[in-house]
Amino acid sequence: MKQYETVIGLEVHVELATKTKIFCSCSTEFGGAPNTHTCPVCTGMPGSLPVLNKQVVEYAMAVGIATNCKITQYCKFDRKNYFYPDNPQNYQISQLYLPICRDGGIEIETAAGKKVIGIHEIHMEEDAGKLIHDEWEDCSLVDYNRSGVPLIEIVSEPDMRSAEEVIAYLEKLRLIIQYLGASDCKLQEGSMRADVNLSIMEVGAKEFGTRTEMKNLNSFKAIARAIEGERQRQIELLEEGKPVIQETRRWDDNKEYSYAMRSKEDAQDYRYFPEPDLVPIVISDEWLKEVKDRQPELRDEKMIRYKEEYDIPDYDISILTGSKHLSDIFEETVAICNNPKKVSNWLMVETLRLLKEKEMEVDDLRFSPKHLAKLIEMVESKAINGTVAKEVFEHIFMEDVEPEQYVEEKGLKTVNDEGALRSTIAAIIEESPQSVADYKAGKTKAMGFIVGQTMKEMKGKADPAMVNAVVKELMDLQ
Amino acid sequence: MDNILELTAVELAKKIKAGETTSVEATEAVLMQIKEIESEINCYVTVDEEGARRRALQVQRQIDDGTLTGPLAGVPVAIKDNMCTKDMLTTCSSRILENFIPTYSAEAVLRLEAAGAVIIGKTNMDEFAMGSTTETSYFGVTKNPWNKEHVPGGSSGGSCAAVAAKETYFSLGSDTGGSIRQPSSFCGVTGIKPTYGTVSRYGLIAYGSSLDQIGPVAKDVTDCATILEAIASYDSKDSTSVKREDYDFVSALTEDVKGLKIGLPKGYFAEGLEEEVKQAVLKVADELEKKGAIVEWFDLPLVEYAIPAYYVIASAEASSNLARFDGVKYGYRIENFDGLHGMYKKTRSHGFGAEVKRRIMLGSFVLSSGYYDAYYLKALKTKALIKKAFDEAFKIYDIILGPVAPTTAPKLGASLADPIKMYLGDIYTISVNLAGLPAMSLPCGMDSKGLPIGVQLIGDCFDEKTIIRAAYTYEKSRENKEA
Amino acid sequence: MANVITDETIEYVGILAKLDLTDEEKEAAKKDMGSMLDYIDKLNELDTEGVEPMSHVFPVYNVFRDDTITNEDMRDAILSNAPAKKEGSFMVPKTVD
Ligand SMILES: [Mg+2]
Ligand SMILES: [Zn+2]
Repeated sequence: MKQYETVIGLEVHVELATKTKIFCSCSTEFGGAPNTHTCPVCTGMPGSLPVLNKQVVEYAMAVGIATNCKITQYCKFDRKNYFYPDNPQNYQISQLYLPICRDGGIEIETAAGKKVIGIHEIHMEEDAGKLIHDEWEDCSLVDYNRSGVPLIEIVSEPDMRSAEEVIAYLEKLRLIIQYLGASDCKLQEGSMRADVNLSIMEVGAKEFGTRTEMKNLNSFKAIARAIEGERQRQIELLEEGKPVIQETRRWDDNKEYSYAMRSKEDAQDYRYFPEPDLVPIVISDEWLKEVKDRQPELRDEKMIRYKEEYDIPDYDISILTGSKHLSDIFEETVAICNNPKKVSNWLMVETLRLLKEKEMEVDDLRFSPKHLAKLIEMVESKAINGTVAKEVFEHIFMEDVEPEQYVEEKGLKTVNDEGALRSTIAAIIEESPQSVADYKAGKTKAMGFIVGQTMKEMKGKADPAMVNAVVKELMDLQ
Repeated sequence: MDNILELTAVELAKKIKAGETTSVEATEAVLMQIKEIESEINCYVTVDEEGARRRALQVQRQIDDGTLTGPLAGVPVAIKDNMCTKDMLTTCSSRILENFIPTYSAEAVLRLEAAGAVIIGKTNMDEFAMGSTTETSYFGVTKNPWNKEHVPGGSSGGSCAAVAAKETYFSLGSDTGGSIRQPSSFCGVTGIKPTYGTVSRYGLIAYGSSLDQIGPVAKDVTDCATILEAIASYDSKDSTSVKREDYDFVSALTEDVKGLKIGLPKGYFAEGLEEEVKQAVLKVADELEKKGAIVEWFDLPLVEYAIPAYYVIASAEASSNLARFDGVKYGYRIENFDGLHGMYKKTRSHGFGAEVKRRIMLGSFVLSSGYYDAYYLKALKTKALIKKAFDEAFKIYDIILGPVAPTTAPKLGASLADPIKMYLGDIYTISVNLAGLPAMSLPCGMDSKGLPIGVQLIGDCFDEKTIIRAAYTYEKSRENKEA
Repeated sequence: MANVITDETIEYVGILAKLDLTDEEKEAAKKDMGSMLDYIDKLNELDTEGVEPMSHVFPVYNVFRDDTITNEDMRDAILSNAPAKKEGSFMVPKTVD
């Protein structure tokens, strides 16, 4: 069999984190009863007109700048004409001729090393509504809540050669956009969606083969499977001497196969022309600079800074910065308690453990950095011991409790009353002649038993160091 | 009072304010006139008798208690049926919107309501404003009140006929390629197409978005200026709305054209123009010259390219603007169909009339793959050249004066047979829309058949005031002669 | 007539425009479109080399809205004209994805 190379380009749609839609003042909030976030504009009522949300332009610019694109300082919207019920005007306002960003690229890293994936363009457009297939009648129901939610479409160059590169590219994009705060990029909720353009060619060939476009990919796993499936399908066709047809296909992740979405009624002739209801966008040098100056620190920069500022391992740095949300929690906590090592420990160990145990995502973390900072302070000042701290943290993690108050209410504070401790230990020693004998005979382990009994008696609230010292002192006196 | 219907809008408002009559009385007079002659003229798609009476009462109360004092307070108005009116049927004279009741009103309509105008109903038009005769309406043809065997012109034929037939005091029309000016001329009334961006398009059901403008149709220049002042505004809901310096159009109602430079484009008086129309229009130039204006002939280039460019641009935009009429969200949906695309096709094929389908087909074709550059882009370049030609002309002239249409109103049924011939009738009006200019049509005589002739005054962008001033001067001198 | 519109073209444009023309209308459309395009071809006489296509007549730009929610739930109004509706949604013939 011949050796084939896979050529992949991606069209990634990202829903922007604006409060309102791109052309009207309806909420973009996810969910909500059907058509409760709609108005004449986003339902294509006769006579309604679009007015552009400025924040959309600024988010698009921010993503363009972060992905090394050239910003089109004179850009326009165009109409893309096609009939479908999720598209109330039967045209989508998008950008064809002068997209807001062009000619960028981002660096990805895979096992094979580093590589730059080119970005052909980024354009702004409106999302479509949602179609729900009715279970009882032979019909579909249209909900326009999502109609008009702002999107950017990031079109890559056909620079990827494997599913691994595709995933690395998507992860990188997602992090950049999350860091910018331009989108939450949730594949499950559809706020990040990727269409895969894939072709194959013989290794060493100069020209790309005919590509297909695959839609309906809503997880990284589905994307990886779809790439493998489509690659196999195309290879089989070529091996059988059949041509690959340029078409749009829908990936069915259950059947692990893609299906052609062809219909005589979809001519795929979009008749783009400049949108007459919107005026051009002119991005002055000043405006561009303003947006550039406002760009937050992105992950690569953050990793370098963490290395310089905080004495924590590279591995910790990569995990902490692997999520904007986690790095925010880290930095905010450190800003309060000034103990990066301890903060990192709590996040790297207990937090990740609990996330795994509760089957939660990093983005679901809801506790306040000031509560974690307080907890660390309490441990440092020996107000509570490590065991108690773990217990308290679990409640911070789940319910965001205020640790001091919680410890007070539950009576978990470390007992530092040496007198009381001494009498407790003395009593235990008195009741444990065997242990004393063992200790005397040189079995230092016997001390552990006394310490354990003491901690039990103190309900874990004693300072372990102090318990150790007093036990040793009293045992030695025996 | 002899006949309250003879008053202009501004005169009526003054009498209402003075307590000599009431909005209710004027509304009843209009409704009575409608009862008498509407069956012959058919200028309305909807007459909202009940609502008009209710609104008149309410407005009168506000006039009485002094909260409404404007120059149009209490005056009955008719709205072209392509402007959305809350809770009132809005059809675009099309079957596809035969049952559409908007839940919002067009910005221009809201402004008129705020000024205290009383909406009587919605006027007939060419379906989706595509036509020059008001014969393509799904709700039947409108007849010219001067001679019922003739068309009123179009597409704002209902609005213009209603004013001429005194079935309203004034009305709103829309002008994409001459749709206010040409029927104004055919019906012997006065109409202005303002500079693009002057009146909000919010709530105007789009035909050619880059060309459409709403404007007043009225009995005289004073009414027109007053109405324009009421409806013109910067509207944040319309991105193409222009923030202007001056909206005080009434202040331009002065008799003064001394030193005003008027250009007569030779091409506008060439072959195809009826002699009687030509003479009547030239007399206007003479009259203004007598009043102190300087009149000169000049060459306005590219006149013959405006129509083909217009039909490409307007049809292309229309093919997209009218895509939303698909039987899903509002309007007509056919009963029996096969699947989604079957519903789309059958609904649209039955819902739209022949002229609309003709333009949607043409518009879809010129935008389709492989033709965009040759047709659409070429038309946009032509538009740029036409705009430049006007810019050059307005460096020299304050006003361009010419006919509105080559002929007076043709007979019913005479135009539709040959579309290109019909389109050629718009030769003097269309380039104004391409260049976004303001222009006015005002009566300047009658032909031997007893049909009105109109003259067109074209101004530079944002210079409505100069054309209002010249029109007012001409109107006054004509009145003096007739008196 | 220089522009000859074929049956295929009319069929294709009908798909784009979602119009189902009768045979009679198709014949008329072929003729109409052909003669309109002949007429439009007049534009080819014009030298437009280097001319910037003009979509907006005035150099108005940067018309923006603030990102503030001002619309409230108006579902009933939005659905009030729907030819068919169900459970707060517009109802359409089954779409196949
Ligand atoms: Mg797109
Ligand atoms: Zn909306």
